[in-house]
Order: sequence, then structure tokens, then C-alpha cells
Amino acid sequence: MWDYTEKVKDHFLNPRNVGEIVNPDAVGEIGNIRCGDALRLSLKIDDNKRIVDAKFKTFGCASAIASSSALTELIKGLTLDEALKISNNDIAEYLGGLPEEKMHCSVMGQEALEKAINSYRGIKTDETEEDKQGNIVCKCFGVTDSKIKRVVMENNLKTVDEVTNYCKAGGACGSCHDEIEKIIRDVHKIKSEKDQEQEEIRQGKKKLTNIRKIQLIQETIDHAIKPALRHADGDLELVDVDGDKVYIRLKGACSSCRSAGMTLKGYIEKTLRDSVIDTLEVIQEKS
Amino acid sequence: MSVIYVDNNATTQIDPIVLEQMLPFLKDGYGNPSSMHTFGGNITSHINTARGRVAALLGVSDSSEIIFTSCGTESDNAAIYSALAAFPDKRHIITSQVEHPAVKNVFDYYEEKGYRITRISVNRKGRLNLDELKESIDDETAIVSIMYANNETGVIFPIEEIGSIVKEKGALFHTDAVQAVGKIPLNMNKSTVDMLSLSGHKLHAPKGVGALYVRKGTPFHAFMIGGHQEHGRRGGTENVASIIGLGKACEIAAQYIDDENTRVRIMRDKLEDAILSSVAHTFINGDRNERLPNTSNISFEYIEGEAILLMLDKYGICASSGSACTSGSLEPSHVMRAMGVPYTAAHGSIRFSLSRFNTDNDINFIIEKLPAIIEKLRNISLFDEKKVY
Repeated sequence: MWDYTEKVKDHFLNPRNVGEIVNPDAVGEIGNIRCGDALRLSLKIDDNKRIVDAKFKTFGCASAIASSSALTELIKGLTLDEALKISNNDIAEYLGGLPEEKMHCSVMGQEALEKAINSYRGIKTDETEEDKQGNIVCKCFGVTDSKIKRVVMENNLKTVDEVTNYCKAGGACGSCHDEIEKIIRDVHKIKSEKDQEQEEIRQGKKKLTNIRKIQLIQETIDHAIKPALRHADGDLELVDVDGDKVYIRLKGACSSCRSAGMTLKGYIEKTLRDSVIDTLEVIQEKS
Repeated sequence: MSVIYVDNNATTQIDPIVLEQMLPFLKDGYGNPSSMHTFGGNITSHINTARGRVAALLGVSDSSEIIFTSCGTESDNAAIYSALAAFPDKRHIITSQVEHPAVKNVFDYYEEKGYRITRISVNRKGRLNLDELKESIDDETAIVSIMYANNETGVIFPIEEIGSIVKEKGALFHTDAVQAVGKIPLNMNKSTVDMLSLSGHKLHAPKGVGALYVRKGTPFHAFMIGGHQEHGRRGGTENVASIIGLGKACEIAAQYIDDENTRVRIMRDKLEDAILSSVAHTFINGDRNERLPNTSNISFEYIEGEAILLMLDKYGICASSGSACTSGSLEPSHVMRAMGVPYTAAHGSIRFSLSRFNTDNDINFIIEKLPAIIEKLRNISLFDEKKVY
């Protein structure tokens, strides 16, 4: 059972400002039913750009409902500029804290608010700036790299688990964990030992032994490529490594898939080159 | 506030008669059954009485086929480990997509180790697509492990039909019967099952005790290696009091199995019918005909399960949910997803699981409180039948 504060329980059992404003001046909607939570925030804004009323409708768990309720209480009476300064942490703090795994509920509130204000100011409403610029990292929940960067920066996150708690990215199939780790390292400007090793090899400071090369190829296949292929019920097996030639066998759905050739060159070879050495060539063994 | 406990597939109340039988072994009867002295050695006969009672509930005539373990999970692990150790050259495993983590995650582990795993799918009603079993089983298959009844939906699988397919190919057949034992009659004497797991705390015995049935002649390799307890098939000093409790619980379960199938079923059906007729956009998950008598899994569309549970909790009603938020993961339960329950409904699935300790008053109380809870949450929700995406 989740350890909710009394304030979370109160805002869940007696949510404030439930409903929809008739003829709202701004609406922000975020999330979808697949993800398990979604929120629509509607605002009444006066001539001085002040939020005079806020109402919400939320599909989600207790903390999602409580976060929405808290959001509406926090923003009523604020000017739009003031409201935009509300962060997900302000929502969580207002509630006396949220369990780590539920922090994404507060992020959802903050995003709905931003979307509503953006729409009011005539900025395209169906995507936030962040989503437009970013590339999807977590395919399961549709989370972009720019959004991950932002939650990592704003909340000083250090691990993939924390990122999942704050924005769901990486919470389902797990194939993007390496990418999320890379974003965390980029934000905090930390180099992994592996990156360091790769850089030294590229600069010719260090020799890539055959044993290490095969190790790195196997690691990349196990931790990055296989999980991604499994997402489409595919699989592969490393058959042999001869110099820079990597022999693999496609299995599962991949073995009969028409776009296997593209997967092979476009994804598998590219991933191996990026994470081992860029002279690798992937060759498919027919089963 | 009194507790209305309808989460019996999670765990059950210890029957007071069971507890009474256990207490002497937590007090003066603390001897070690392996001891040479009479004080300890005498305990052995009590353990064997318990073994006989477990055997009787399962329709097993030779009680030496029962091995006591620490829980259902250990029984599952032991059965799978043993089968794979017995056939080291066979590298294929068949299971279902809807197993309990005690089986599912064990096979995920063996898959990492290089085993080929076939996971049989289920249809919208939660019934197995047996053609996939027939197509995938081959001479390489070491073990087929399929649960007797599903913990989330209560759907009962056609175990004997599965067993006859498995036997044709010479693989071992294990079933996780943790949810079935004590709720429906079983007869291992006339069964194709080689190994069967059960757990004490699902049938009014304490937590921390389980059993594994291993048919005579089935190759067996001990999972817990240690002393000679359980004829060397499970090392470790016996959890005497709990084993005695499990024995008594099985004896009582055998007496009440008709009650389970009539009175409990009637209460369950009454609860379901009342909810379906009083709350719109609601449906049952799982085949209503082939189902444990105590289990009901209901989807309330457009709202989320954790929120429903916490509102029920306010009234002392204890149930569970397959929603993402309750599992700590971000996806709804693997059982709901395997059945293809739409996301609009999977997040809002609630499981009520009854026991013989429930009363008509419990059911009436739930029927009285639930509709207002659903209505309140639907008023908060931004989804309804007109708006879903």
C-alpha cells in the first residue's frame, strides 16, 4: 500500500474544483487512457491575465486526483506568469510529499498547466515546445529526450528508476534504459567508463583486443538490441565474430519479417558501431 | 470499523481451529522431528498425519508423494528446477502467458540462461489457446507448467486435457494449483499431473508453508539441498506448527468444498449480478462458466483501480486490482493485457475473492457502497463512453 500523506488522502477523498469551466479561456489536456492517467485542466482568465477559476477532470489513481486538486488550489488567483513558475515539486510539496513512484502525477499537473497557458497565448496546443523539439526515447509511453532532460535537470535525478518515477520513461519494456542513462550522464556531464574506453580506442590511445570486442558486442546485443527486438516479438543470436565481421542469426518474428534487412543494417549494425567500434559489419546467417 | 475481507486470493484468515491445533507445537511440543529422543521423534507422527490430510484433499492415496515446502513459490521453483535437472538435454519449456510471478519469473530467468520458452496465449475470456500447445510441444520439451486456475480472474484451465497432450510427448507436467486447492475438488489419483504446487495461506493455514505433490516415478532433484528431511527431497528442519496447520486446514477444506461450491458461489454470483445491474459500463473479466466459485474480476470502465480500492478501503472493504498503479509498475497486469482487455477497462479492474468466512451481510454492504464510489470517480474522470482515446 502506498504511504500517502493525510493531505494527499484529503485531496483524493474530497477533491477541490472538480469539473469543467463553461466557456473556458484556456484548456490543457495531458496523458491518455493507455498510460493510466490523464488530466484536463480548464481555466477562466480575466483581463489582467489572472487565473480567476480553475477546474479539473482526472482519470488516474489517488495521487493523480490529489495532484490535480492541489494544482487548481495553487494556481487560483495567480497571474499567468506567476502560474508558469509552479513546478511539479511545488505541487508535491503542497501535498506534503508524494511517494517517489508517484512523482509523475505532479509532473502531469505541471504539464497540463503549461499546455493550458500556451494554448491561451496562441502557442500550438497539441504539442508542447518540448515535445516538438524532442525525439521519442521511451516508445511505450511516448516520452521524448527533451522531457527526460528537463525532469532530470529540475529534480536532480541520478538513476533510471528515478526518471521512470518522474515521467514514466523506461517503465515498461526497458529497451530505452541505456538511452536514459546516457541522458542522465549528459545532463550531469558524467562520462561512463564505457564511453571513456570507447573514446580512448577511437583516439588510438588504447587497443581494442579481440576478447574485449566480442564482449562488447555480446553486451550490446543482450542489453540494447535484444530488448528492442523483443518489443516486436523478434530475437537474434550472435553466431561468430571474425575481425570486424559480426555474424548473427535473426529469430522469432524477425526471421520472417520483410523489413529484417533494414533492421539489420539500419538498427543492429548502427547500434553495434555506436557502442563498440565503427568499422563493424553485420552479416546475417541464414537459419 | 469492521473489515470486510474479500481479498482471499491474496491471503486468507487462519481458521481458528487450525490455529488451535498449531499452538501446542509452538509451546511445549517444540522438539525436532529428526531427534533420536522420544520428545522430538514423536513429532514425526504428527507431521505424517498432516501429510495424510494434504494427500486426502488432493485425492492422493500414497501420502509419500507430498513434500512440505515453505510456500507456493518454493513449490513452483522446486518443480521447475527438478524437471530441468532431470532432463538436462531438453531445452524447451512451455507455460502460459498468465502465470503467477512464482512461475512466470522463474521461466524468464531460464530464458536468460538460454532456454527456449513457449508462452501459450489466452483469448478474451482468459481461456488457453490449446492449439499452441499442440503445435509447440516436441521431443525437446522438458516441462509444461500451467496453472490450475488463474489468481486474477479465477478461470480454471482444462488441466487433464493439457496433461494428455503433454504425456504423448513424454514431457513432465507441473501445475501451480495454489488458487485451486481447497476451492474445487481435485483427484490426483486419476490425473495426468506429475507435480502440483499448493500454498497454506490461501486455504486458511498460516503463511510460510506449502507443499509440492510429486507423482511416484517422477524423477526428482532436490531444490533445497540439506538434511535428510522429507526423504532428502527438501532439506531444512520442518516448520512443524505450520505443517500441522496446513494438514488441519486441508482436512477442513475437504469438508467445506461443497459449501465453497454452493454458498460461496451464490454469494459471489449475487455480488456480480448486483454490480452489473446497478453500475453501467461494467463487465466481468474471465469465462463465467469455467471459474473458481469464489473469484470475481470486474472492470469498471473509465476509472482507475487504485482509486476504487482506496475508496473501498475507507469502508473497510479489502479487495485488489490489476491496475498499473497498484502493482508499482506502470502497465496494467500481464493477465489483463494477455486477455486483450482494453486499456479503458484494464486499469479499472477490481478483484473480489471470497471465502467461506464471508457472510451475506458482507456482500450486501459492498453492494450498498460500491455504486456511489464508482459514480464519484466517474464524475472526476475526463473519460466516458463518448470520450475515449
